[in-house]
Amino acid sequence: MASYIPIFLMIGIGLFLGIVFLTLHKILGPSRPNPEKLSTYESGVPPVHNARDRFSIKYYMVAVLFILFDIEVVFLYPWAVNFRALGLFGYIEMLLFIVILFVGYFYIWKKGALQWD
Amino acid sequence: MTFEQIVFYSLAVVTIFSSIMVVVQRNPVNSALYLILDFFCLGGLYLTLNAQFIAIVHILVYAGAIMVLFVFVIMLLNLGDTHKLADRLNMKKIIGIAFGLAFFVELLYLLGFGTTRSISQQSPAAPEIGTIEYIGKVLFTKFLFPFEVTSFLLLAAIIGAVILAKKKIIH
Repeated sequence: MASYIPIFLMIGIGLFLGIVFLTLHKILGPSRPNPEKLSTYESGVPPVHNARDRFSIKYYMVAVLFILFDIEVVFLYPWAVNFRALGLFGYIEMLLFIVILFVGYFYIWKKGALQWD
Repeated sequence: MTFEQIVFYSLAVVTIFSSIMVVVQRNPVNSALYLILDFFCLGGLYLTLNAQFIAIVHILVYAGAIMVLFVFVIMLLNLGDTHKLADRLNMKKIIGIAFGLAFFVELLYLLGFGTTRSISQQSPAAPEIGTIEYIGKVLFTKFLFPFEVTSFLLLAAIIGAVILAKKKIIH
């Protein structure tokens, strides 16, 4: 547990700095709001309508596929750490795993699921 | 109190608080933000149980990736009007309370009412089980078959996602 102290220290300093900067801004910064300043920033263009709109399924598609391959990468970590100990057998195992997922990747590719038309 | 206990109790309090806030919040986006806090605290709790790998994967996959999905679902369902959701959940509420109570009783039972083995005791092998080296060693030798089956599970999920979201084929 004691070996995690540096990590907690980092998190703590990060939180502390964030809070300090925000409160400093609150105290020192001038506050002169007007309707233009308070409106939603939309790349400099006046906002058209509510941002709570229905989004295209394409965004969700990319997110779901990202997660699935993210999980694949998670499995690579314990394998990489033990790469030497597991030897050729472990290499073939992981190759099999990746080939099966590559079939999925090929399917996505051929199906055009990542195409943004 | 030892250092471990202080860490555990402070994390536990924040976890319970953020879990309650996830359920109570009216705005689904606020619920999602509290869920991120919840995931981070759970990651910390895994660390106190010497499960470093689970802790970091939990934060990477759940707080990083699964949360993106939740936010997307909020956006896709267009839950801007929160009043629409209210007043239709009576039956769900009753079922939820019943299941919650059942789970609570189960927890009490496990925590030492009438059992010989208490779950509050840590296994003597715990410090090494959670390390990434140990997980890798058992995953690629003893649990080789479940690991390979996982790839088929992920493949099925990929195909399912594509079929659900992409009805027409593009050429």
